[in-house]
Amino acid sequence: MAIWVDSDTRLVVQGITGKEGQFHALGCRDYGTQVVAGVTPGKGGQSVEGIPVFDSVDAARQETGCNVSMIFVPPPFAADAIMEAAAAGIELVVCITEGVPVADMLEVRSFLRDHPTRLIGPNCPGIISPGMAKIGIMPGHIHAPGSVGVISRSGTLTYEAVWQLTSLGLGQSTCIGIGGDPLPGTNFIDALQAFAEDAATKAVVLIGEIGGSDEEEAAAWIEANYSRPVVGFIAGRTAPPGRRMGHAGAIIAGGKGTAKEKIEALSAAGVVVAESPADIGSAMARALGK
Amino acid sequence: MKIHEYQAKEVLRRYGVKTPTGRVADNPAEVGEICSELGGRCVVKAQIHAGGRGKGGGVKLANSAAEAQELAEQILGMQLVTPQTGPEGKRVEKVLVEEAVDIAAELYLSVTLDRAVGKPVVMASAAGGMDIEEVAARDPSAIIRQPIDPQLGILPFQARSIADRLGLREKTARQAAKLVAALVAAYLDTDASLAEINPLLVTGDGEVMALDAKMNFDGNALFRHPDIRQMRDLSEEDPLEVEAGEFDLNYIKLDGEIGCMVNGAGLAMATMDIIKLYGGEPANFLDVGGSASQEAVQNAFRILISDSTVKAVLINIFGGIARTDRIAGGVVAALEELDGVNPPVVVRLEGTNVERGRQILEEADFDFIVANEMADAAEKVVAAARGAA
Repeated sequence: MAIWVDSDTRLVVQGITGKEGQFHALGCRDYGTQVVAGVTPGKGGQSVEGIPVFDSVDAARQETGCNVSMIFVPPPFAADAIMEAAAAGIELVVCITEGVPVADMLEVRSFLRDHPTRLIGPNCPGIISPGMAKIGIMPGHIHAPGSVGVISRSGTLTYEAVWQLTSLGLGQSTCIGIGGDPLPGTNFIDALQAFAEDAATKAVVLIGEIGGSDEEEAAAWIEANYSRPVVGFIAGRTAPPGRRMGHAGAIIAGGKGTAKEKIEALSAAGVVVAESPADIGSAMARALGK
Repeated sequence: MKIHEYQAKEVLRRYGVKTPTGRVADNPAEVGEICSELGGRCVVKAQIHAGGRGKGGGVKLANSAAEAQELAEQILGMQLVTPQTGPEGKRVEKVLVEEAVDIAAELYLSVTLDRAVGKPVVMASAAGGMDIEEVAARDPSAIIRQPIDPQLGILPFQARSIADRLGLREKTARQAAKLVAALVAAYLDTDASLAEINPLLVTGDGEVMALDAKMNFDGNALFRHPDIRQMRDLSEEDPLEVEAGEFDLNYIKLDGEIGCMVNGAGLAMATMDIIKLYGGEPANFLDVGGSASQEAVQNAFRILISDSTVKAVLINIFGGIARTDRIAGGVVAALEELDGVNPPVVVRLEGTNVERGRQILEEADFDFIVANEMADAAEKVVAAARGAA
């Protein structure tokens, strides 16, 4: 099985009439995801390649029963789009948009406290349960159904790791890109908890980056709660302190959040940390005795 | 985005934060004039985007207008080296000239985002001054931490409590509480990522003011703060990084000899790491964006080869949505259009249609070194850089 998205997922795409929104909505549908609706305020009644467009998420939900949203609206409006989806009762919101202000995310966090909605992202590639549903911008064909869960703060580095897994015959249950922003809606522990409850996920790959303390907290959680194999990789060992490496989150501040600290924390928790990004797949194969 | 001390003080004064009287100047004669206006005694402070200016000789006390002018002649135009500038230092174009105030105590005060808590946090310490990072590392309990609700802002009792825990009393405590509230308001209103006053000064007569000030802003929120965006000083930034920014490329110059061009920030960092693992040093971080369009690759390449320290280049692209053959075509077209590409170029492509992509590279006029996977690519580029050196 998988976590959070599967063949029953009914997807609405917010910002479907934009170039990116349209392209990826169709990409998800081509993969096999049930894309049941799109939302662009003021464009209700139109359709995008047969996908009906609504003025609001609420209207889309009432008409189509969509339960998961994927957001492509521009950064100044992304927070509003997330909160609109939550207010309409959407269970899972995947915000792909990059460049959402931190202050807007603080408002979103506060709003989501009163709603059961889970947010993934922003600034993330999305989530995929291979063979069932793809909600995001990742290339579907590099994935294969299987029993390895993948959680990552990165985009293309996740593809790299998934590619290595698939090439070695190790399929994935669900792969989640939680995004590189300082205030992600879903963090490592949230995803680890869900994987722990999923009997079909036999092992987890965790790909972190410098900055913040999410990896250290995940390490403590794994040590206390998770006994299946975990393989880790931390990007940014060579990054100089105080510089922003593309991801807003990937910045070492005041000597905290270094790769060294994270690797030590994960290793101490029994996680096999790959030295080289080229060895993530083979490390998992060894951990599973293959 | 960073701004200068004098600009941060301008912003903070709008919210009611007291600062010493003074003005910014860019020539020594003006510095002398300002010093006279201030009564013949002043502090001359170099304005660059880096901390530790005092340690580097960029902050000096003058006891006369003539001395101030003389000091300004030394400081203006100097390459100021501080622990935060790197060995080459930064050229001083402007100085802030301020009245010299008498110092009874130096405190520390800042507001920033606490990622673990998911809220802004006020940090304060009675041990302000130059070495606050060391204080924090040695004795975390010396730092007062007060999380704030971003919707409510700081509440009066929280501001009073901070003043109290700083050991301040009566008039000084009241002034400090007001200043804390003003700093938080400035932080929230301007979408700052950091608002810091170090030192926060208590004068001999119990006044509280910002002797220094630093503000950084969330680059993603600048669209709603045109006034702050105007304060950007491009001369403080690496020209290649500025050029890269204009093309929507993420580029950061580093000290090594291997130029890297990668799609995606995480993969770019991992590529730097694997180069180091194979004994090389990355010359830069460069993220051309997930889709790695021909235009992005071309601009990125121009930036890479205009850096004379680059001895070899590694292009590492994971073609996901964008097909590998199309990316390969883009790389070839980009390099064929650029004259005089001297350093050896190692290319590693992976993803959709990879066979066709590699074939395009091998058939091109340009002499690529084609690698099969990341480890192979790292090994080849490190060897190529040694050969070229």
